[in-house]
Parts: sequence; C-alpha cells; structure tokens
Amino acid sequence: MLAGAALVGLVIAAAVLSFAWTPKSPTHVVIPDRFLGPGQRGYLLGSDQFGRDVFSMLMVGARNTLFVGIVAVGIALGLGVPLGGLAALRRGSAEELVMRGSDVMLAFPALLLAILFAAVFRPGTLTAMVAIGLAFTPVFARLVRGAGLQVLAQDYVTVARTFGSSSSAIFRRHVLPNVASVLIVQATVAFALAILAEAALSYLGLGTQPPTPSWGRMLNDAQNYLSQSALLALWPGLSIALSVLGFNLLGDGLRDLLDPKLQPRESQIRGGMS
Amino acid sequence: MSAALDVRDLHVGVGAVPAVQGVSFALARGRRMGLIGESGSGKTVTALAIMGLLPDGLHATGAAIYDGDDLLTLPEDRLCKLRGDRLAMIFQEPMTALNPVMRMGPQVAEPLRIHRGLSRGDADQEALRLLERVQIPDAAEKMRAYPHQLSGGQRQRAMIAMAIACSPDLLIADEPTTALDVTVQAQVLQLLDHLVEEEGATLLLITHDLPVVAQICDQVMVMYGGRIVEVGETEAVFSQPRHPYTRGLLDAIPPIDRDLPDRHLKAIAGSVPGLGEFPSGCPFRTRCPRADEACLEMPAMAGNGHPVACWHPVG
Amino acid sequence: MAVMLLTRLGILVLSLAAASLLIFLVVQVLPGDPAQVVLGVNATPEALAQLRHQMGLDLPLWQRYLIWVGGILHGDFGTSQVSGAPVAELLRQKLSVSVPLALMGVAVSILISVPLGVIAGVRYRHLSGTVISALSLGGIAIPAFWAALLLITVFAIRLRALPAGGFVAWSDDPVGAFRSLLLPAISLGLVQGAILTRYVRSAIVDVLGEDYIRTARAKGLTRSQALRRHGFRNAAIPVVTVLGVQLTSLLVGAVVVENVFYLPGLGRMLLQAIGNRDLIVIQATVMLLTGVVLVVNFLVDVSYRLIDPRIRATA
Repeated sequence: MLAGAALVGLVIAAAVLSFAWTPKSPTHVVIPDRFLGPGQRGYLLGSDQFGRDVFSMLMVGARNTLFVGIVAVGIALGLGVPLGGLAALRRGSAEELVMRGSDVMLAFPALLLAILFAAVFRPGTLTAMVAIGLAFTPVFARLVRGAGLQVLAQDYVTVARTFGSSSSAIFRRHVLPNVASVLIVQATVAFALAILAEAALSYLGLGTQPPTPSWGRMLNDAQNYLSQSALLALWPGLSIALSVLGFNLLGDGLRDLLDPKLQPRESQIRGGMS
Repeated sequence: MSAALDVRDLHVGVGAVPAVQGVSFALARGRRMGLIGESGSGKTVTALAIMGLLPDGLHATGAAIYDGDDLLTLPEDRLCKLRGDRLAMIFQEPMTALNPVMRMGPQVAEPLRIHRGLSRGDADQEALRLLERVQIPDAAEKMRAYPHQLSGGQRQRAMIAMAIACSPDLLIADEPTTALDVTVQAQVLQLLDHLVEEEGATLLLITHDLPVVAQICDQVMVMYGGRIVEVGETEAVFSQPRHPYTRGLLDAIPPIDRDLPDRHLKAIAGSVPGLGEFPSGCPFRTRCPRADEACLEMPAMAGNGHPVACWHPVG
Repeated sequence: MAVMLLTRLGILVLSLAAASLLIFLVVQVLPGDPAQVVLGVNATPEALAQLRHQMGLDLPLWQRYLIWVGGILHGDFGTSQVSGAPVAELLRQKLSVSVPLALMGVAVSILISVPLGVIAGVRYRHLSGTVISALSLGGIAIPAFWAALLLITVFAIRLRALPAGGFVAWSDDPVGAFRSLLLPAISLGLVQGAILTRYVRSAIVDVLGEDYIRTARAKGLTRSQALRRHGFRNAAIPVVTVLGVQLTSLLVGAVVVENVFYLPGLGRMLLQAIGNRDLIVIQATVMLLTGVVLVVNFLVDVSYRLIDPRIRATA
C-alpha cells in the first residue's frame, strides 16, 4: 500500500515537475552525444540515438502516461456509472440493454478495440484513450448495477422511495456512496491496465505520435539499437512496470483498507477454536 | 487394563494466547466419554490436537499417549498410518467436511484404500456395505451421488461410515449432531451409539448438548476456559454436579425426563469471554456466584472418583 | 446437461452475431466513406466511384452486412484490396504461426503458474511463498513486449542462442520454426504465468483451509496426498473461471509480440493492413480474433460447469 502510493506519487511528481523543469530538453537533438551511457556528460540515464536525454524523456513520458490513464478511466467512469445506475434503477428493458451491450463489449479486449479504432480513425493519443475508456466501461457499469440492486433492496431505500425521492436523488444519496469504495479500487486497477494498453499501442505506433515522448514508443525506438545500447530498452520498460506495479499495489492496499469483508485467514483460525 | 488414550498436561496456544491449558484425562478402553462445555471452551482444539490436525498457527505441547506412543511427537508418517485406521474423527459440519466435487463412493472407500490396500472394486464393495450399515437408503445409488445431493442426515451418516471403515480403536465425534434437524439428531445419535457398541471402540463425544451426553456416555468431562473443571461418571456428575459451572449448565436445560426438584431455568450470568480474555486464576470466577479471593489462584483437580477444580464446590 | 450445452451454445451464437454487427458498424459506418479511407483524401472522384462499386458500397447497409456475414459462414472473408488475395487464404497462412504461438504461450504460462502457485499456496506462511507472491506481483506489471525485448537482448544478442525475429515455415524446417516461436512464447507466457500464479496461489490457500481437507487428513492422507486427491480439483474451479480472461489477454498480447519478433502471424498482418488501410483484411482479422475470444470463453464456461457438479445440476 505505502510502496504503491510511493511509486504512484513518484510518477505524478515526475510528470508535474516536467512541466516546469527537466534536466535537459527531451526533444533537443544533439548528434555528437548519441548513445551515451548513464551519467556521462550530465545525461543521468544516458542518451538515445539522437542524443536526447533519456531521463528527461521519461519525465515527459510520465505526463503522457498519466494523461491517457486519467482520460481513459474518466471515460469508463463517466459512461459506466450512469449506465449501471440506469440499469439498477429502471430495470426492465433498460437493464437488459445495458447488460447485453456490456456482454458484447466485454468480448473486445481493450487493446483490440484500440487497434480497431486506430485502423478506422487517425492513430493517436485521443483515439487510444477513447477506445481504452470504452473497453473498460462495461466493468464499471456492471459493478454499479450489482451494488445498486443490493442497495435498492434495503429497507431505508424503500422508505426514501415512498417519501417520493426521485430516482436520481436515490442514486446520488444511497447508491453512489455505497459503491464509491469499490469504484475507487476498480479505477486504480483499470488505471494500471490503461497504462499497459497505451504502452503497447504506442509501441505498435498506433498510440501517441511523435514528437511527444511516450514510454511505449521509446521502447520501439530502442529495439532498433539493442546491440548498441541495451540500456535504452531498460529504462522505459522499467518506468512502465513500476507505474503499473504502483497502481496495482495501491489498488490491493485500498481494497484491504476499504473492504473489511476481504480480511482473510484471521477468521478461519478463530473458526477452528470452538 | 491400560487406557485407550492418556492425555497429560496438554497445552495449545494460538501464538501467545492459550486456548487449552494443562488438560489431562484418560479414556478407559471401550467406554464412552462425553466432553461438554460452551463454544470457545477449547473442546474442538483439544480433539484436533490429539488427532494432530490443528490448523496452521496453533501448537500443542504435553503428551497424548496412544498404544505406548505420544501422538503429539509421533512423526507425521506414523501419525498418518494411525489416522483413519486406529484413530478416527467425525466433524461437526457434514456439508463442508465432504469434498463437494467427489462422489460419495470413493470418499467413503478412501480409508480402506489407504489403510487396507484394497483394490478399487473391493473398496467400493466395502463402501457400499458401510453405507448400508449406516442405514442410508438406496445406498448403491448414493455411492454415485455428490455430497450436495444428499440430505444433512445422510451426509453425517456417510461421515460416520468413513470413520468406522477401518474399525478404529478410538473415535472422536465433534458435535456430530449439532448441524442437523432435531428429529434427525436423535436417529444419527442412536446409530453412532449402536455402531460404537458393535465395534467395541472407545468414544470421545464432544458436544454442548447435555441430554446427548446423558443419553449415550458413561463418563463426562466438563471444560471451561481451556481447562477441565470436573470429571466423573455421567450419573454422578448430572445428579450431583460439584463445579458451579456444571451446575449452571444443568440449570439451563429444561428438566423433561429428569426427576429433579422444581427448579426455575437459569442462565449462567455473563457470557463466555473471548479467546485470551479469560481472567487469571479460575477462568470461571468472573461469572461465578461463589467466587472470592481464593479463586484468584487456579485450583487443582481434587477428589477421588469425581474430581473437581474448584475452591468452593457445590454440595 | 444437454440443456446447459444448448443454452451456452445459443448465447455464443448471439454474442458472435452482436460482435460481428459491432465490428461491421465500426469499420464500415463510423468512418463515413470506407472508400475514402482506403484511398486517402487526395483520391480522384473517379477512383473513389470505382472502388465504391468494387467494395459493394452502392448497396444498402443491411445487404452489405448480410453479404459479409454470409460469406464468413461459407469461409469467404472477402478479397484484400491491396494484394488482391482472398482474405480467407491469408488468414489460414497466418494462423499456422499465431495458433502455435498462442498454444505455446499457454503452455509456458501453465508450466510457470501451476507449480509456483501451488508452492506459494502451500507455503504461504513461509519465505518461499512470500517471495513467489512478490515476484508474481512484479511479473504482472511487465508488458509482454518489454519482456520480449529483454529476452531478445539476452538470448538473441548476447548469447546468440535463439533468433531475434523472423520465421521459417513449418514445412521447410520444423525445428527452426519451433525455435523462432520459443522466445515469443516465453515472453507471452511469463507475463500471463505471473497473473495465473496469483490465482492458483489464492485458490490453493482457500482450499487448504477447507474442512474437507481436514477430513481427508483425518482419514490418514498426508498433507500432499490430501491436496492432490481432494484439493486440486476444487482449486481448479476458480482458476478455470479466470482462464478465459487469461487466454483473451494472451491472444491480444500475441498481436503485439508478433510485431516485436516480425512473425508473419495475424497480429503482424493486422498492423500491416492498418498501414495499408486494407479495411477488408482489418475487419476480417478483428472478427476472427473476437470469434476466438468468444469461443474460448464458451469452452471455459462449459468446462468449469463440468468440473463442478453443484453447478452442473443447476445450469
């Protein structure tokens, strides 16, 4: 949990700092400084095939990674939560439509949908974010619907209904607070998946386009120079892995913190005590 | 005649918290001993310690002598040879104690395959005979059934069939009827009683249900706060309870078939403390009407034939 | 049983129909004029008109959809606008690379996850269990294509033990073909294996805490016998349910990894088709991949119902 928060904090700090300051320019080409090792001539993690500072590129790449994650998860939340709420409150054909729709969407892995979108529209950050966000939407819709149905079955909600509270008021006042913790955990996990998907897309050339630095494309560039400088392939990959690890750890930690039902083992030992 | 099982100074701890403290008792060969007490008193843990089946994190010290061997220090491979063959155990919850994805036949036949080395066919035949012996209707059909397709009583009968498969010397039954309907309870108990008689096995019956003990046990031990507080012949303990706790337990059951003077039903004051929350000294002293300063120290078991661990025994 | 199969089969067919409709809409309707997409903005009106006619764009939408789906049902996926080859033939060629790659990836991930997950589950209180859990958590965070780059660096560039990319046909050199799939399969399997390890581990931990394992041990089975005979099948149920999701992400991972290793499979063809704006090929490939995902999910759904007799009865 703490380690996860620390890793995520590090990525956010790097991204924010990169707006104001990077050690060197992430886009400035210095041909004489190609393929420098870490620490040489002030290049903290070395330089790439154009003599650009890898560390500065990573910092700016963090910005891009977070941006894609935030927008994608934002789309998934923004669409999934109302749809799930609608399904829970309206039931009937609205529910059927949302659930069947999400079934079909779930058959499309995020990356495949993003590839399809990139094929039909212009490949780019926006296309990637929208596709990833759409692919995650059903997960959130199902989550909200499931929790919503549970909450709506509670007596206090029936009471609120008989007093004439509107559906949307019930949703805001009773359903949302109940699913908030699960949504936060799921959003954290989705964020990690979005980072992975964006990295893969950018690596394939279907995500973030040059000259914006992105970790996935840095890896694609690095592949051409593996024999000259294998380290070039190390840093961006490590950045991706640590960010994903950070969000996963944070998600696990939040789950333990927010969901007391999932505290295992202790009860089992006590169960054997009777 | 030596004891079938001799437990000496058994201690079981969950980490630093004691669950069983210095329990000693001997089971006479071929007799039925009842072990009673409220839940949380350490009955099940005592049984699991004897069988060597304590959950991870629990550790037992002391000794449990069976046939000249200390079960607590016996190597795991020798213990495995005894379990299911000489020592058998019936568990409380027959639904979860049976493997949900295995048919009943192989489950019942398993002890015979392990300990008797029977072929699949022979073991199946024997398993069918066992299921018939525990009076499961349509036994041949039930051999192919999964646990969820049996009723609660049938599941517990099947558990009993597994336990007696190899004619054990010692049978430990942990609340064998608690999870069943009242009418089924009586039938299963009767069956158990009958089979123990036939096999000549020694029975340790764990329960919080006093009438059950009165019905089938020769002797009874009362456990509270991880300690044995009273032992005696069933008749003696039930007619003349000496520990205030035993007295409290007896007062709390409605006198139906018992010839007791007109008495109001009384609950024992307070409730069983949580694990590790028992008071020092006599564990019962915070709930006991007779407690005084003497009870700050744990009394030893005293008295011949019907010993009790109490500074101020009743009667 | 038959009812369950038919129901699942019906759901599969409906899902396939819905998915095909969605893909058709995204490719043929969303971009406005598909012919414009293929030819780009600088195309002459005559060229556009000719292509529109060739692609059948002058027909109504529903007719075009039915023609496309009808073709697929007859094994006709259309004709590539770039190479002029029948798409079905292209798919068949590419599958001879992609299918073995995916299967090898699955094999690697199972070889990794089952032993490690079982060890981590059995020894979850020990250092080795904790180390495996930590490693698998790290493994989940690694993108498959990065693992591929690292493997290339070590095994292809440094050790020169395996090819860094390319593919020789199975018919020319089976051993060479296998060797060129080895690194891609390992990069896929490592990451999936890490995820699966966590599921296997938690399934084993859960199962080991179950009462029926204790029953099995009370029958005289050793810890590992009890786990093998009673634990694995129960642990398989939750693992199999996530296997579908795992296979799906492995399939998508294969699309990326094929591009890392320049393997002439579906993923590489898909990317090249995107580069060439070959809409028919894109549409067919995505449909095929989605179809495989749905069929795999169907098989997983059916198989875990077969493992678990409780669900088998109620479906």
